[in-house]
Amino acid sequence: MPAFSCAFPGCRRDLLVIVLVVFVGIGLPIEASAPAYQSHGTEGSHLTNITNTKKAFPVLAVNYEHVRKPFEIALWILLALLMKLGFHLIPRLSAVVPESCLLIVVGLLVGGLIKVIGEEPPVLDSQLFFLCLLPPIILDAGYFLPIRPFTENVGTILVFAVIGTLWNAFFMGGLLYALCQIESVGLSGVDLLACLLFGSIVSAVDPVAVLAVFEEIHINELVHILVFGESLLNDAVTVVLYNLFEEFSKVGTVTVLDVFLGVVCFFVVSLGGVLVGAIYGFLAAFTSRFTSHTRVIEPLFVFLYSYMAYLSSEMFHLSGIMALIACGVVMRPYVEANISHKSYTTIKYFLKMWSSVSETLIFIFLGVSTVAGPHAWNWTFVITTVILCLVSRVLGVIGLTFIINKFRIVKLTKKDQFIVAYGGLRGAIAFSLGYLLSNSHQMRNLFLTAIITVIFFTVFVQGMTIRPLVELLAVKKKKESKPSINEEIHTEFLDHLLTGVEGVCGHYGHYHWKEKLNRFNKTYVKRWLIAGENFKEPELIAFYRKMELKQAIMMVESGQLPSVLPSTISMQNIQPRAIPRVSKKREEEIRRILRANLQNNKQKMRSRSYSRHTLFDADEEDDVSEVRLRKTKMEMERRVSVMERRMSHYLTVPANRESPRPGVRRVRFESDNQVFSADSFPTVHFEQPSPPSTPDAVSLEEEVPKRPSLKADIEGPRGNASDNHQGELDYQRLARCLSDPGPNKDKEDDDPFMSC
Amino acid sequence: MGALQSLPDEPEYRDLSEKTGFSFEQIGILHKRFKQLSHNEDTLRRDDLNTIPDLSCNPIRTQIIEAFFDKRNFHQNGEGTVQEISFEEFLVVMSHFRPPALDMTEEQREIIRREKLRFLFNMHDTDNDGTITLEEYRHVVEELLSRSGALGKETAKGIADAAMLEVASISMGHMEPDEFYEGITFEHFLKILKDIEIETRMNIRFLNMDTTNLCNRTQSVRVNGCLSGELSSSTGSPQGSVFSSLLYTLYTDGCRSQYEN
Repeated sequence: MPAFSCAFPGCRRDLLVIVLVVFVGIGLPIEASAPAYQSHGTEGSHLTNITNTKKAFPVLAVNYEHVRKPFEIALWILLALLMKLGFHLIPRLSAVVPESCLLIVVGLLVGGLIKVIGEEPPVLDSQLFFLCLLPPIILDAGYFLPIRPFTENVGTILVFAVIGTLWNAFFMGGLLYALCQIESVGLSGVDLLACLLFGSIVSAVDPVAVLAVFEEIHINELVHILVFGESLLNDAVTVVLYNLFEEFSKVGTVTVLDVFLGVVCFFVVSLGGVLVGAIYGFLAAFTSRFTSHTRVIEPLFVFLYSYMAYLSSEMFHLSGIMALIACGVVMRPYVEANISHKSYTTIKYFLKMWSSVSETLIFIFLGVSTVAGPHAWNWTFVITTVILCLVSRVLGVIGLTFIINKFRIVKLTKKDQFIVAYGGLRGAIAFSLGYLLSNSHQMRNLFLTAIITVIFFTVFVQGMTIRPLVELLAVKKKKESKPSINEEIHTEFLDHLLTGVEGVCGHYGHYHWKEKLNRFNKTYVKRWLIAGENFKEPELIAFYRKMELKQAIMMVESGQLPSVLPSTISMQNIQPRAIPRVSKKREEEIRRILRANLQNNKQKMRSRSYSRHTLFDADEEDDVSEVRLRKTKMEMERRVSVMERRMSHYLTVPANRESPRPGVRRVRFESDNQVFSADSFPTVHFEQPSPPSTPDAVSLEEEVPKRPSLKADIEGPRGNASDNHQGELDYQRLARCLSDPGPNKDKEDDDPFMSC
Repeated sequence: MGALQSLPDEPEYRDLSEKTGFSFEQIGILHKRFKQLSHNEDTLRRDDLNTIPDLSCNPIRTQIIEAFFDKRNFHQNGEGTVQEISFEEFLVVMSHFRPPALDMTEEQREIIRREKLRFLFNMHDTDNDGTITLEEYRHVVEELLSRSGALGKETAKGIADAAMLEVASISMGHMEPDEFYEGITFEHFLKILKDIEIETRMNIRFLNMDTTNLCNRTQSVRVNGCLSGELSSSTGSPQGSVFSSLLYTLYTDGCRSQYEN
């Protein structure tokens, strides 16, 4: 942020102080004066009663009650965000301590302040948490879930999520019960079911905490997806176990039938949740097929359908998290093929924004609730819980990995196992579940205290130390690589190759089924869910176009060709040397037509007041296509100078431009090749960064005739332009307007050249 | 006809195992598959692979089949293609798809990575001149996109050109406009694909246990010394398997309660 990069070193600190003062200043009066305002309100009305006869009309009156609730909510969110802002002003702090820890500390401070004033600090209401704060984070995670690593490791993830959580719950519950039996602890009133209930609450790895911590350490994809996937999928187990033990502890006894029903319930909860999510996902995809005329509400469909999926599954006591994930995963490929680029950006940013706010609020409230909540401290119980958490996690991971490695092609190394074990953080879900326990449980306060201690321990100790440990153990980090078309081609090539080799081997493996699913998807599903003709577009082409689009936008924003590939390599370095010739007559024809078209277009250009800043006021697809054309034009200009040297005996035009326009770098990148694809030919339709002045116009026109000959060259061995028919074809392709090769085929611009 | 496989030939398999790294069971299973594909002959031909139904909808089928008959993949420094391959050569080609063991050093991983990437490179470099030219790369992309639809050769060309440009830019950095980039050499290929972690991705699972006893079983009848044609049986369980006795017991359990004896 430019505003904060001041010259003075003390500037940042001053700013932070100001932020803190504002926060304290506003926070205190709000809590303190709430009752004060109430009394003032009545006083005010009393006053008006008395003064009715004296004064005609109260010019200025305060009515805090009117806006109290939304005001407080907005204020809390604002404070949370200001805090977040504040942390990043202190660079050293945010590099050492993960944000989640800082936020909890802030929450503690706020809670402490409120308590000092004498008010009752608000506790993290479970209703608020589960219905408002959690869904955005999960939707963000599910929508942007990296599908390929997830599906490749789904078996491992499920084993960790289901069996790992079960193991944790029973191990901890059992051992804690054994502990409670010991007389000296003083907890003999706690029965087995209560302990198991506690075990099941505290054993689940929390997605919010995992996301918050792992996001900052950039670990390699495999470990990240293992821990993260586990934290998402263990929700079903947690829900079932929690409900099960909650029911049982009221009743008091457990029969075999109950256990069996519990197992059935698990399958119903998880598969039901996924089914609900998938249904809503398909609905969203289907709806997005028809939104081509109402682009502004497209993001809303995505959000609402996902939220409905969550609420519907919560209604049936199914796993809401799994529903959200399923909805996001199912919906994404089809929705992204249908919506406009702006909607995609909107969705992305809204999701990131909401999940960021939610996360911040959750951690702050955790801190506040710690101060607020009723506590019952028992040293032995709490310390044992913490130790058992660690121990059971480590044992679970080691044991399960031993079994899993027999079935995996790529085995998990010891380092991977360590990070998976160490990254099992507990978080706000455990706290909310504990808070949900009805007050009839006599151990509720003790449980809450223990849960909070575990959360604090994992988030603070494990969260802070995981980064240095990752460095110390030299665990593989995530590769910061930009998308490369070669890698994309070879990924797809590998898929087909491995499917083929599996076919030769004769057994139906992983790739075979994946191929079958893809084919089913392509033939049946995509036809229904993707608008227009896009469903036939293969992934490779979609990827390529996306990359193009990104680069075009980058170019618009920076005003020049980006230096993605700082080299002077261009197509002529790669194409074979043979330069086929254009017949003179053809050249003349093309030159004439192009000149005429260019004039047409210039008039069209002048009617639009073009400037760099209003580029995106018009429909973005048009602008991007123009950008692409501008690139092409610059490249062609560059080539002019080169070609002139070589082909001067073919053409008789003055060599007026030896060097490219100042400010345009002599850079060429792959997307320029887009010029030559069949359905995306540029018009010879150029704009200038400054309004066209006469000399420029003249030179531009003079440049134009050179292009057809270049075209002939660039077509390479295939473009034997001396062939008349071929020339015609080339020319017609040239004349077609370039529109955004994304979903908006109907946005094909009306083309003034088509008449030629 | 007995469905149980006779014991593998120990010395032969030991050699093969050492050479390719497969275990004995895996070699046995692959040998059976080889015999099945080649109709019990000693050599495999292109047509045998062409008839595999699973391969028919694969866009790069021809290249995969060619790879099996490419002498460069036999690790004997040969060149060119052959018309038929023996089991040993089949196994050597298959060994390119073995996953690396858990306890390999970085150097061993590097060797395996080079091997696998060499296999891929050979698949692209059809004229065996040591470089992947623009034409060959275009052909690769065209084949990839051939099954996927109607978008035509132009897009494939565009993508291939872009990819080639990327390789050139990364490998060569700077070139004069007059210079000509011949093609992707193996070293450039390694560089461009070093992030793809091929040693963890280019693997398939080889069966350690022979499950083909329960499927792909064929029967033939010998009468007066004449052997009939083979009939594939998809029902019933083989003689002498544990499954048969279990099924029998389950099936006849109901009778026991009805009759006293």
